[in-house]
Amino acid sequence: MMMHLTRHRIEVADLLTEVQGPERGGTSVFLGTVRNDADITGIDYSAYEAMALEEIGRILADALERWPEARVTLQHRLGLIPAGEASIAIAAAAPHREQAFAACRYTIEEVKKRLPVWKKELRGDGSEQWVEAHDHR
Amino acid sequence: MAKVSVRFFARYAELAGCDSSAVTVSTPATVSDVIARVREVFPGTAAMPTRPLAALNRRQVKLDTSVTEGDEVALLPPLSGG
Repeated sequence: MMMHLTRHRIEVADLLTEVQGPERGGTSVFLGTVRNDADITGIDYSAYEAMALEEIGRILADALERWPEARVTLQHRLGLIPAGEASIAIAAAAPHREQAFAACRYTIEEVKKRLPVWKKELRGDGSEQWVEAHDHR
Repeated sequence: MAKVSVRFFARYAELAGCDSSAVTVSTPATVSDVIARVREVFPGTAAMPTRPLAALNRRQVKLDTSVTEGDEVALLPPLSGG
């Protein structure tokens, strides 16, 4: 069973094992990776973990309701993630590629809107800054 | 009166100076009333937006949602997962 939150490097193969099967001919994978913008050396991710786990369950259930033949899973990494490493991976497999792409896209967009996760950027000069780019108010 | 537990995350925990606490509000009360009480008890949280994102018992809710004894209100800075 997939651990949806981890403090270790994300292994994409583990997500593929969870979703792939002979009846699903298309698999789409999304990876979100920490960028080295503006001297950023890494991002420290924190979460309201109990709520995040419940919300991930709801997001995956919503995806399944929309694409009943798809299998979708995700893993979000927490803690300090160096630039260049993945903070999130989503894998969606479905009988045909359209459903796989759509389910994968839907899942990352819902994660962005709904998951109680926060990032603090760490810069090469030692400074730190909370990211508050996605303010929905 | 209702005692409601309150949790702060990320930048809001820094503003409050703690991760969790509890406040008492007169009933009937809403999430907004809890936030107003939080601003009195934790002056640092005055820097939060007027209408912060909030979760009631681990689900995002509107601020006019009712709260009762034993509920948990979490104050969530703008989400930035992914």
